[in-house]
Amino acid sequence: MQFILDHYNYWIVIFLMMVGFYTVISRGNLIKKIAGLNMFQTSVFLLYISIGNVSGGTTPIIAEGFRAYSNPLPHVLILTAIVVGVATTALGLALVVRIREAYGSIEEEEIHKQDESF
Amino acid sequence: MIESHISLLLVVIPLLAAPVTALLPGVRLPWLTALLVSWVCFALAIWQFALVMDGSVISYELGGWAPPWGIEYRIDIVNAFVALIVAGMAAITLPYALRSVEQEIPKHQIPLFYSMFLLCMDGLLGITLTGDIFNLFVFLEISSLSSYTLISMGRQRRALTAAYQYLIMGTIGATFLLIGIGLIYAETGTLNMADLSNRLPAVFSHHTVHTAFAFIVVGVALKLAMFPLHLWLPNAYTYAPSAITVFLAATATKVAVYVMLRVVFTVFSTGFTSDTPTDDMFLLLGVLGVLVASFYAIYQGDAKRLLAYSSVAQIGYILLGIGFASALGVTAAVVHIFNHALMKGALFMAVGALVYRIGSSHITQFSGVGRQMPWTFGALVLGGLSLIGVPGTAGFISKWYLVLAAIEQQAWLIAAVILVGSLLAVVYVWKMVEVLYFRPASDTGETYREAPLSLLVPTWLLVIANIYFGLNADLTVGAATTAVQVLGGIPQ
Repeated sequence: MQFILDHYNYWIVIFLMMVGFYTVISRGNLIKKIAGLNMFQTSVFLLYISIGNVSGGTTPIIAEGFRAYSNPLPHVLILTAIVVGVATTALGLALVVRIREAYGSIEEEEIHKQDESF
Repeated sequence: MIESHISLLLVVIPLLAAPVTALLPGVRLPWLTALLVSWVCFALAIWQFALVMDGSVISYELGGWAPPWGIEYRIDIVNAFVALIVAGMAAITLPYALRSVEQEIPKHQIPLFYSMFLLCMDGLLGITLTGDIFNLFVFLEISSLSSYTLISMGRQRRALTAAYQYLIMGTIGATFLLIGIGLIYAETGTLNMADLSNRLPAVFSHHTVHTAFAFIVVGVALKLAMFPLHLWLPNAYTYAPSAITVFLAATATKVAVYVMLRVVFTVFSTGFTSDTPTDDMFLLLGVLGVLVASFYAIYQGDAKRLLAYSSVAQIGYILLGIGFASALGVTAAVVHIFNHALMKGALFMAVGALVYRIGSSHITQFSGVGRQMPWTFGALVLGGLSLIGVPGTAGFISKWYLVLAAIEQQAWLIAAVILVGSLLAVVYVWKMVEVLYFRPASDTGETYREAPLSLLVPTWLLVIANIYFGLNADLTVGAATTAVQVLGGIPQ
């Protein structure tokens, strides 16, 4: 039990990951899919940030009296991944706008129906 | 001076040229810039390949930070070979692109198109050259985001949904890779792939490492369109502009295969994978991919979609080679990466030339056109023969090595599957040839002129390369054999 409680951050990560992943797979609305994808990515950001944390560690600044500090590298990595995530979301939403202009709908089923009628 | 910076120049030149290209006016000027950049990159890639051909390794420290702390570009024959394929295909696709793109893409978008093309090439080159696994993820996203954009520029509106579908699946794949990278970083504290291969064996038994491996393999498998994770590929290849189909079919999945080779053999090594069902999984999915995708290809009514399914089948062959995890098998896989780029490049170019004249890639529209466009038709036939694996073509060489690898391990069933796959290829290539040549021309009385030279010359260059590398396999097999030794961890 204590083990589960001690690693609560990882449980949050797993929960968010599954919610996001499920949303991507199950929703037919193209915007909701992107939202799910965002949650899925965010969970990974949290995972990286958790990894970098050192118990009792301070921010990684060299100063008198502070020895243990958290690993800044995962945080830097995740800044890059956040930028990538923002770009992906922007591109995804731009595509949704174009799809709506072309099909007049953002529901997957509706779009499939229109494609098949050709 | 240049020699020591080749690996970085290969990434920096297209990266700097891409925004410049986007700002250039007109149609010809952006194209010319992209063409020049791709040719310079091709020359650099050849030079780089010549430097590491003997099996040596070049290490380039970015910003002077020594590895494993700084980002390292680590060039050996494996990635120099793949970089050569990427730069070479870009250099040969761009002359083809000029006329094809003018017809398919609105004029005001053309500078943006070439800008994205350069970014896509840049991402693919970056993936191959970098020795840092997180850097690899970033380049993977650069190439992916630009290829989503490029695919969405297709003429039909279905290009948009195809790009969207690819964006969702591609991002899931890349995020899986990111999770895996995070977990192995947590275990080892390093991101440098050469350093990882030293540190990972100590923690091979940890569950975290197994989980990380699973995430990375599934993530990369999504990008390389391993059956049954290939669902994004047929639509993406069918609706993308012709030039982009050529480029992506020849390079994008190949680069993902390279990442798989690196991860499985260099980073994790067979010492790890032999305790997991990895090899069996590759063999099983490879066999299924070859059979199922080839069957699907036979029933397609659209020539581009037919070739796209055939690509999934060809990926199956490469996976079989990786699954054998023997020197011969991986040699076959590396050779097939090169040969498949040549044959699919030629075939998609020939179909693109048909689309250029006819305006549709539906096979029913091709009736009798083969006799009106003999050069395009000839390229399609020769490319098709190479795809089938007829002796004297490049396709034969890779299949020959693959069958040898199967026989070496006494995997008779898999050897049989490879042959059945070739027979199925005969069926779907014949399907196109039959309509193009033996059906009477359509009643509408429309006749089509031969495709313009700027489309024919690149197509035929690739066709000739198919035959050249079918008759003289010294370069490809020699490079692949050295590559297998350099990759490490493969029993000789």
